[in-house]
Formats: sequence, C-alpha cells, structure tokens
Amino acid sequence: MAKFRGAVVVDTERCKGCDLCVIACPSGVLALAREVNGKGYHYSEMANPDACIGCGNCGPVCPDSVLTVYKVKVQ
Amino acid sequence: MELTDIIREENLVYKKSPLLTDNVMHYCPGCSHGVVHALIASVIEEMGIQEKTVGVSPVGCSVLAYNYLDIDWAEAAHGRAPAVATGISRLHPDRYVFTYQGDGDLASIGTAEVMHACNRGENIVIVFINNAIYGMTGGQMAPTTLVGQVTSTTPRGRDVKLNGFPLKITELLAQLDGTGFVTRQAVHTPAAIRKTKNALKKAFENTKKEKGTSFVEVVGTCSSGWKMTPAEANRWMVENMFPKYPLGDIKDI
Repeated sequence: MAKFRGAVVVDTERCKGCDLCVIACPSGVLALAREVNGKGYHYSEMANPDACIGCGNCGPVCPDSVLTVYKVKVQ
Repeated sequence: MELTDIIREENLVYKKSPLLTDNVMHYCPGCSHGVVHALIASVIEEMGIQEKTVGVSPVGCSVLAYNYLDIDWAEAAHGRAPAVATGISRLHPDRYVFTYQGDGDLASIGTAEVMHACNRGENIVIVFINNAIYGMTGGQMAPTTLVGQVTSTTPRGRDVKLNGFPLKITELLAQLDGTGFVTRQAVHTPAAIRKTKNALKKAFENTKKEKGTSFVEVVGTCSSGWKMTPAEANRWMVENMFPKYPLGDIKDI
C-alpha cells in the first residue's frame, strides 16, 4: 500500500485557537502552540509533522479557513 | 522527505476558497458560521456562479457576512431577508439568490416572511443556522432553544409552561407545497461538513432547475452563548440538539 506524507500550513495570525482541527486530526499531528499570536490566541501548529498523511480533515473544519493542506505519495 | 518537498502547489489538497476575503472573521473561536461561510464560498466557486449570486444577510452574528464572501450582497431588516430575496429573485430571475439567517432572525421575528416566501415557492435558497440561542445579543432564549436549556433569559432552563416548546420550523416548512428541497445538516465533523456541502450544492442547483424554495438548516454551535469550549459545544450539540433536530433530508422532490 502506498504511503502518503502530508503537511499543514497554518496562517498563525488569523488562527483563533479553537482546537477543532486538533480534534479532527486522525494522526495527532496538530496541537495548540505554547506561544500566542498577536491577538493572544494559542495558534494551531504541526507538533508532529512526520505523522501527517495529508487527509485534509483539518482544512474544512476550521471556521476561519486558516489551514492549507498538502499531500504527496511516497514511493 | 522534507516539508519543503511536500509544500508545493502541485501537492495541494485543501486551501481557503478564493471567494473568501482576507478579512479576519469577527466570529468567536470555533463558531459554526465560519465553516458554513467557507462551504457556501466553495460551492459558488465550484459552480462558477460568483458573478450571478446575490446573498441577503440577516440581523444577528452573520449580519457582517458581506465582509467575508466576495459576491453581491444586500442587508435586510431583522427577519425580512426572504422578502428582500423575493424582490431580487423576481427582478433578476437569472440570479442565484440566497438568504443566510440565524434562528433568532428566521424562526422568531421573521417567521411570517419565511413561511410566505416558502409557501409562494420563491426560487431562492434559504440557509438557516440553528444554534438554539440569540448569539449576538448575549445568549437569550430563542424559539428553537431546547426544553430545560439554560440561557441568559431562562436561567433555570426553558420551562414549557412559561416559554412554550422548541419550534421545529424546518419540519413546518417541509409541509408547504412551495418548498422543493428541505434538509437539516450539521458541520461538527469532516463527514458532516461534506454532506452539508452536497446539500448546499443541490440547493443552488435547484435554483437553476426552478424547483421552488430550497431550505438548508445547519444545526450549529454557539460556544460563547452556551458557555462552553468549541469542543464541548460540539459534544453538547450531538447529545442534546440532534435528538430534537435529527439530521437528514426532510423533503426532496
């Protein structure tokens, strides 16, 4: 079975730290950062980037559309 | 494999719809409105009807929806969005006209407008966000508030003797001959979001087929009004809202 690697790019200044993408992630990739952004929110970030499979579940659940998801097939 | 090898244009799976503007939404963290805005944007983008779509925004939290979707908008008085949409749709029959209303706007002050617009079978789409509370004004009881639900005007929970029963307006509208497509969806999981997107797409396609009024209810959360975190609000919605407001298509002709 082909393996997939993915990556999530977070627009950290627009993120409101609602935690919904962290819950929607099936691989435990995303987590809220210790640091805060300009508005004081703990923004979402890839805490475990190697586990990302690029499933794209996090993108649509984000109410502020701050996530961009990439996926590539590993031979 | 390095992240820079993955983050390339050709590997893109999901990105913000270009129809959504760069304005930061004023909604609270985790608000369902943002998800539904993104879905409407992606449906309009996929159908290629950006230049032919007119939205009518309500009074409520989503009153500023015109700041976030790059289409034509009109702003209606409280509850009167279906009446304004009727006028736009009749003057411009080739346009895709939709209203975007909350439960305080649609099910309370705008009950007459939505009933008669649906009964006339106006060729419009009505998107109804039901979070069982008046979010913008401070979490007061709405017609759709559940029995026993605590709000700022029902601090001991909604009492049916005093406040009556929750209004299932979607089921009421399904009884009318003018409606062609009536459905209830939610946006709490990726799967539910995909279903809601398909429902919205079908609703806009029905406008083209002139199948009467399409009504899409989205059961949403109001984490600020419910005094919960967004994750708790989603769980509360599944446990308490869905038994009263079951998901699925109610009418599809």
